Amino acid sequence: MSRPGFVLEVDDRTPPLLVHNGEGFLLERFPLGTRVVYPPEALPAVRDVEEAIQNALLNPIDSEPLPELLRPGMRLTIAFDDISLPLPPMKKPDIRQRVIEAVLTMAADAGVDDVELISANALHRRLTANELRDIVGERVFRSFYPDGKLYNFDAEDAANLTHLGQTKHGEDVEISKRAAESDLLVYVNVNLVAMDGGHKSTSIGLASYKSLKHHHNSHTMIHSRSFMDHKASKMHHSAWRMGEVLTQHVKVFQIETTLNNDIFGGPLEFLQKREWEWSIKDQASMLSAKRGLALAPAKMRRKIFQDVRANYGLTGINAGAIEPVHEKTIEAVHRQHLVEVQGQSDVAIMGVPFVGPYNVNSVMNPILAACMGLGYYFNSYRGNPIVRKDGAVILYHPVDYEFSQLHHPSYVDFFEEVLSESTDPATIEAKFEKQYAEDPWYIHLYRTSNAYHGVHPFYMWYWISHALDHCGDIVWVGANRKTVERMGFRSASTLQDALEMVSHSVGRSPSITYLHNPPHLLADVR
Amino acid sequence: MMLALEMYRSPAKFLAAKAVGGRIPGILTGPAAPLRLVTINEPKSDKDGWARIRPILSGICGSDLGMVTSHTKLYFSALVSLPFVPGHEVVGELLEDCEDLPKGTRVVMDSVLTCAARGVEPCDGCSSGHTNLCDRITVGHVAPGLQTGFCSDTGGGWGNVMVAHRSQLYAVPEGLSDERAVLTEPLAGAVHTALRAKVEPGQSVLVSGAGAVGLFATLALRELTQAGRITVVAKHPKQRELARAFGASDVVAPDEVFRGVRRATGAFRLKPDLNAKEFLLGGVDVAVDAVGSKDSIDTVLRVTKAGGRVVLAGMPSTGADLSPVWFRELELTGTYASSRVEPNDRPAFETALELAATAPLDGIVGARYPLYRWREALDHAQSAGRLGTVKVAFDVRAS
Ligand SMILES: [Zn+2]
Ligand SMILES: [Zn+2]
Repeated sequence: MSRPGFVLEVDDRTPPLLVHNGEGFLLERFPLGTRVVYPPEALPAVRDVEEAIQNALLNPIDSEPLPELLRPGMRLTIAFDDISLPLPPMKKPDIRQRVIEAVLTMAADAGVDDVELISANALHRRLTANELRDIVGERVFRSFYPDGKLYNFDAEDAANLTHLGQTKHGEDVEISKRAAESDLLVYVNVNLVAMDGGHKSTSIGLASYKSLKHHHNSHTMIHSRSFMDHKASKMHHSAWRMGEVLTQHVKVFQIETTLNNDIFGGPLEFLQKREWEWSIKDQASMLSAKRGLALAPAKMRRKIFQDVRANYGLTGINAGAIEPVHEKTIEAVHRQHLVEVQGQSDVAIMGVPFVGPYNVNSVMNPILAACMGLGYYFNSYRGNPIVRKDGAVILYHPVDYEFSQLHHPSYVDFFEEVLSESTDPATIEAKFEKQYAEDPWYIHLYRTSNAYHGVHPFYMWYWISHALDHCGDIVWVGANRKTVERMGFRSASTLQDALEMVSHSVGRSPSITYLHNPPHLLADVR
Repeated sequence: MMLALEMYRSPAKFLAAKAVGGRIPGILTGPAAPLRLVTINEPKSDKDGWARIRPILSGICGSDLGMVTSHTKLYFSALVSLPFVPGHEVVGELLEDCEDLPKGTRVVMDSVLTCAARGVEPCDGCSSGHTNLCDRITVGHVAPGLQTGFCSDTGGGWGNVMVAHRSQLYAVPEGLSDERAVLTEPLAGAVHTALRAKVEPGQSVLVSGAGAVGLFATLALRELTQAGRITVVAKHPKQRELARAFGASDVVAPDEVFRGVRRATGAFRLKPDLNAKEFLLGGVDVAVDAVGSKDSIDTVLRVTKAGGRVVLAGMPSTGADLSPVWFRELELTGTYASSRVEPNDRPAFETALELAATAPLDGIVGARYPLYRWREALDHAQSAGRLGTVKVAFDVRAS
């Protein structure tokens, strides 16, 4: 499906274009001829969400209707995607809440009383009580949380893990004991990008380090092209193999939901329009937002962005057996995100916004900024990367030296200790990963506080290994020079300087593509 | 008559130096310093076992700087005799036979003035070989003074002639350069520190400070013990580089000690309320403080694991918080100078001479000054770390 309208070529009538830049944005004039790839406009949303949910649960794909799977005396576990999705968080009620309420209603009707709800956070940080409440809603929260029946998955709680066996490649499948011993495991997913869902939900979300290390490593991740394409992603191949083992032991009822691109509303609505279509009102909002942000103290600026709640509309919900359900999900995600792009370019430009999957209600530290740009956005392609082999990537983000000690304690150490020794993913994996993964302090903070697991920064770094391997130059505009250098990149104060710096590898008049996200897009590079 | 730098009593200058000392280089060795270049009589060598020495190179030690800037504690005022010629890191040449050592022998000197040198019956320390623990350092036929370089009778390395007792002297092996030999005394101190630290195989060690004391302690720990991970706290780029060359497994900046040690040892990190300094549960098995500042001592006490050992190798300042010593049952010990009988049953100086010959010490004496340029020399020594120099020495023969 061709959507030529979403790709624009900068000419002398093109106004300056908006670029996300951490907790702020700027207007940049791009060189004439720059190709701008806009995210597709939001697809129309499902009008009656309740009806869509009922329909999915009662008419699942390759599965009996949910009520037929429920019986008194059974053990039912509902797992759901954690706070890393969607981005930014969605307005209440969260789609997960609606689905969980529907599932619980059917369970109650069937007389099921042994129910537990698990946030499938794998090695992500524990969600706070408030964050859990935001996802499942007040009623579910009050019914389950006080009795300990709604909780975060703990990948370090050896007594509550079950080893289900190995894949034919010798990969361990070790997941939540409760999930493994349930008569039915219902997974409630919310899919924003093509990377999520499918076997990734249960066999990654509920798995331990022992299991995750088989695919969350530099080798697998460098060979996953791209993460947004589960058929081309080695990480997904591994997760799919694990899923086979898992589903042999546990009956899984997978519920996947897809959202549209309707992210910014109200005074920030201009952020998802194309600049040349800005009305007088949009321009005024943009100017006042820009001025307001420039004047606001850092704390307030952060709050403004962290309070952003997206309007997302539901574009689809499918339930039943994991694989056919996920095929439907991918179709819906592609329908929303795919933009056809003709050919690779010498330079790709991306603005890194304020939020990524791993800094919700927190700080985007330098490693997360790198991961957001070079992991998330760089990998948002199908077919070929947007930039040619040995081409250059230019990113916007301040990359301040700022870390959350609460959420990312091992990141500081990773930045100071590991990156000062090497930035090569394979080298640091061999030398440091085990130490960080087994560090008792990180494990303690992961289990009792709200810290990402000690090994998490390694995964972030592995995630960018494909970009590191593919790109000749990586330059950050307007970033803290020291932090960027520590990560092995360069910094420039302006786009012109950045283009100058990369000219030795891409020439003086390179072809340039600016990926105008967020909202999210998936470049289908032909 | 001879040329020498002399430390003399001047209460006014003492106070002035104390007020500004250390903070403003140039002023500390300016008019306020209680030090002067003078022509004085040579010290006498008329007692048994004593001989005259002509210093070749003579190092500037942290304790010398402490004395010049009057930061040294009053505790020590009873242990020196003014006026004296400083300089206890000496390589020199015998001007006359000294018992079995013939005139012309190149020697280095263990500067502690023990019972043997003073001609008195050996005290408990001396008779057991722990000569650095001598209790008779103020009596006998030598004026009070804990070491050569702090005693009015012996002269010191910062003068053209000095005297020493046979018990203090070690012949320098053929082929060992003066630049290396002059490091023997501080290296002996490092040998003593490393052996006193009683590091067991595989134990983790923190060395706080990467001046000469810290760097040499690192070297000695690596050479003489089977320490596992040695973490060194270093401020300046050159220090970081040398710490690694001398055997550090990792090097951290002063504001990174808690983070670095916690990582290296898998400890738990706790932050008390308000602005109280953090501490670790767990940490290194052994910590060596080679700085002596309150801050450094506070830190090493807080990153040493329960039941661990803390070694004070630098002259400590007051005011450190001793709570961890109590709460964590730390073994707190000091190391002063070096002994004739170390835990390896050898004089520290013998081990030190071997280290001086084999360790990567080229360039460690980073600057040499004639005596008359003493102000520059002391300024340089005061800022050595920042300037990338480990040891500044007087080139006494050029004076
Ligand atoms: Zn000394
Ligand atoms: Zn004695």
